[in-house]
Amino acid sequence: MCSLIGQAVKRVEDKRFITGKGKYTDDIVLPNMTYAYIIRSPYAHAKILKLDTSQALAMEGIVAIFTGEDIAKSGVNGVPCGWQVNFNTGETMKEPPHPLLVKDKVLHVGDSVAIIIAESRALAKDAAEMVEIEYEELPCVTDPYKAIQKGAPVVHDIAPDNKCYVWELGDRQKTDDYMAKAHHVTSLEFVNQRLVPNAIEPRAAIGDYDETNDRYTLYTSSQNPHLIRLLMCAFVLGLPEHKVRVIAPDVGGGFGSKIFHYVEEALVTWASKQIGRPVKWTAERSESFITDAHGRDHVTRAEMGFDKDGKIMALRVRTAANLGAYLSTFSTCVPTYLHGTLLQGLYTTPAIHVEVTGAFTHTTAVDAYRGAGRPEATYLLERLVENGARELGIDPAELRFKNFIPPFDGVNQPGYQTQVALQYDSGNYPAVLERALEMVDYKNFRKEQEEARKNGKYLGIGISTYIEACGIAPSAVVGSLGARAGLFESAQVRIQPTGKVSVYTGSHSHGQGHETTFAQVVADKLGISMSDVEIVHGDSDSVAFGMGTYGSRSLAVGGSAIVKSIDKVLEKGAKIAAHKLEASVDDLEYAGGKWTVKGTDKSIGFGDIALTAYVPHDYPQGLEPGLDFSSFYDPANFTYPYGAHIAVVEVDIETGKVNLKRFVACDDVGNIINPMIVEGQIHGGVVQGIGQALFEEAIYDDNGQLLTGSYMDYTMPRADDVPSFEVDRTITPCPHNPLGVKGAGEAGTIGSAPAVVNAVLDALAPFNIKDIKMPLTPQRVWKAIHGK
Amino acid sequence: MIPSEFEYIKAKSIDEAIVLLQEDDNAKLLAGGHSLIPALKLRLNRPTKLIDISRIPELKGISQEGNELVIGAMTTHYEIMTNDLVRKYLPILSQAAELIGDVQVRNAGTLGGSLAHADPAADWPASMLATEATIVVAGGGGKRSIKASDFFTGFYTTALEEGEIITQIRVPIPPAGTKTTYLKFMQPASRFAIVGCAVVAKVNGVFDDVKVAFTGVSDMAFRDTAVENALKGQKTDEASIMSAAAIAAESVNILSDHFADEGYRKHLAKVYLKRALVSLV
Repeated sequence: MCSLIGQAVKRVEDKRFITGKGKYTDDIVLPNMTYAYIIRSPYAHAKILKLDTSQALAMEGIVAIFTGEDIAKSGVNGVPCGWQVNFNTGETMKEPPHPLLVKDKVLHVGDSVAIIIAESRALAKDAAEMVEIEYEELPCVTDPYKAIQKGAPVVHDIAPDNKCYVWELGDRQKTDDYMAKAHHVTSLEFVNQRLVPNAIEPRAAIGDYDETNDRYTLYTSSQNPHLIRLLMCAFVLGLPEHKVRVIAPDVGGGFGSKIFHYVEEALVTWASKQIGRPVKWTAERSESFITDAHGRDHVTRAEMGFDKDGKIMALRVRTAANLGAYLSTFSTCVPTYLHGTLLQGLYTTPAIHVEVTGAFTHTTAVDAYRGAGRPEATYLLERLVENGARELGIDPAELRFKNFIPPFDGVNQPGYQTQVALQYDSGNYPAVLERALEMVDYKNFRKEQEEARKNGKYLGIGISTYIEACGIAPSAVVGSLGARAGLFESAQVRIQPTGKVSVYTGSHSHGQGHETTFAQVVADKLGISMSDVEIVHGDSDSVAFGMGTYGSRSLAVGGSAIVKSIDKVLEKGAKIAAHKLEASVDDLEYAGGKWTVKGTDKSIGFGDIALTAYVPHDYPQGLEPGLDFSSFYDPANFTYPYGAHIAVVEVDIETGKVNLKRFVACDDVGNIINPMIVEGQIHGGVVQGIGQALFEEAIYDDNGQLLTGSYMDYTMPRADDVPSFEVDRTITPCPHNPLGVKGAGEAGTIGSAPAVVNAVLDALAPFNIKDIKMPLTPQRVWKAIHGK
Repeated sequence: MIPSEFEYIKAKSIDEAIVLLQEDDNAKLLAGGHSLIPALKLRLNRPTKLIDISRIPELKGISQEGNELVIGAMTTHYEIMTNDLVRKYLPILSQAAELIGDVQVRNAGTLGGSLAHADPAADWPASMLATEATIVVAGGGGKRSIKASDFFTGFYTTALEEGEIITQIRVPIPPAGTKTTYLKFMQPASRFAIVGCAVVAKVNGVFDDVKVAFTGVSDMAFRDTAVENALKGQKTDEASIMSAAAIAAESVNILSDHFADEGYRKHLAKVYLKRALVSLV
């Protein structure tokens, strides 16, 4: 039997998804169910002067209406932040409450004011129009840099300067000294714009309180049901955790936006108990735009110092990071521990210092969005390296080769200790760029570019190399950095008496294909058919515990937990086999789904051992029956995937429109279980990065209104916007997890945006343009060319 | 995204639709629905009654009557895009249809629906103006014909009276030797026109009988007569084209949004006129 690991097996979950048989939260209909509509603030900052629900409440079909007043009276808390990031002075971060419904003051457009519960969605919405609310509008601020200037409108009284924290990492003095001594310093002030995640399935939640058993069930479109249960029980509603079941059924994409514990989850759970009926809430798309946590939104000034040979000597970064009006679950760590720690990139830079100010603004919360901090770090580094190369007159590929960390495998050579707290696991960084340059035929491109320019055509090539910290994470490490949760994963492998296998994983699949990849791992390790393996996830009543799926962690952490349980199954199975075969455990070998006494034809199959374990008539003395093992896996380190991406563009200088002609990627995500799924992840990630580079932007006007709050104005990348991708890989196994995998979920997004922007600036080199704000819309490119 | 309550009626004939429309001031015609339904879902529009006219047989189809192509108001964009008569006599209409929305929109959206809605960034108005089409409408007072140049009266407004329904669009078949084109610079999110430029002209060494119309540029589609006059009788060379482009879209108020401010949009109008003319000669 050939190995299943490494095979491009078709996704087993696709049959139900493609035929429309997926079961999402909104598909669930419970007996006697009610429907909720949430009244949201139309203002970015306003006092609520009057709120009168009497007319609405009197309408037919209205079951209940709850307001901020009711929530305040009930004694439930707001949703908590999951990561404490302190000021560089040691002072604790400013942590304002985030109530389920606000009582006095709304702090962003979309802030939740009241929940209307009715016999139908339409009735709830009709009643919402009859709720009388009077607001007094107050001045607002939406830009993180403006928010921390003197005199800016204040978001929370506890942070009168709008600073949640001022955080730093690296050696300030050394960086200043090295920067002062640098032969050349390239500097850049830029914005890493705000993005709206836009998962295809809008968020939804159903709260269902069962009075007879005093049990709560929450169905929610979430990336990590167990964490939602923990946060909701322990911090928000004060419920006994064993009486609460959280189910995240099929989930239509998350990209980070469904990691967090949202107010609606706690609201429907709480409201269900108040009215004694199930309560369903499903976001409308317009609502998703203003309530799903957004991504990015950094205003940055960065400098990179080079010596006369083009070696990077120092990197200094000052960032104002927008956190929005409230602290979403992981909002605080994204611009700090997931951004500052990645500023070493793939380079040997000896001095790095980063300072990040987390800013409160009157906007939707900002939190992890595919890549989470790492795209921001990569964008910053790769733009500086590219601009530096141009200013120094050194080829940008050559400049990177000069500065790469030399290859190391993490086994024979130690991991690489960075200036910013991480220890890289293993890597051959020059190899990915060499391969990408070869794929794109870099040498000939420059000739082609020169010829094209003579004919008035502006071709450009842009390189980006990246590294990311994935497989989050060692619990002790993140705990010391302020995380309020562990970041291990659990897995239970239950062998049924007939030898069929049920695997309960704490990872959550919402597009990643776990039902396939994990089954491949299990079937391969046990030497059985994939069809004999079922992957169960997303239900806190079936799965012991889980930290969920984000940060490209499922296979590296969740997969490793599964392997640990399989090892236990095989160890116990060997004892039973030894008994049946009348041999010593040491004389057995396991392959092809059976134990064989070495050097003989005496063997016994996996299915026989499974049956024996549950029908233990002829059984080793003292051994427990059953074949069912749970494991918790806490990784020893992060994993560090890396790669090189190259974009080729042509710019129409008359209109400013960028035509992306080619996109080449060579990534190293460690060992690969299913190459088709990995390529799909890279493709999807690359499109999201291209989306940021060329199309997507959340724009607020001066009144804090989201101007790009629908698909008429917010540009999602479409299939005809991108070329057919050319992807390849190198494989450098992760030395510290049993599968040697590093994670592939975010790689594409992290690497691609700077490649595209660098390519456009390369095409426009004759115009000597230092920066164009993302997204590089035709208008912005045209204005940059024509100096407008 | 839930509309307020409304009644839905499928009209079987034009006469029935007119009667239904006259009975209720708050009734709206459903003519494909790709603009109306989103407006309903956002509750920007709250009709009490939707009268679906998209299945009325007399309102559908494309035929030749003398020197005109007659297009039923409820003919879909896709039907126009793929129709042989259109492709033979008025390829500009096929070209414009192909640039509208996506497959779903082209299969459900209709020419009459689009014209009645009069979105300033819709594709059809420019080619209607450049081909000098006539819009035939029916209402309580009987039938009347409105020239395309009189039909669009402002931002989302037309010469349609209360209770009137567009029944046909009659497009003159241009004389032999006439060339046509419609080029569009898309708003990347909505894919409506930031600039749509329709040109109909004879180009036998010199420009003659030139009709130029823009959509997306101003609060309604418009004929650019200054450009037309400037091109008349000029050689079909680069110099003529460049000087015509230089004066394009100079006499109208220019729209502005975060994708294209006034200056950029006006510049694009000139670039697209140039490209349209170059493609014809």
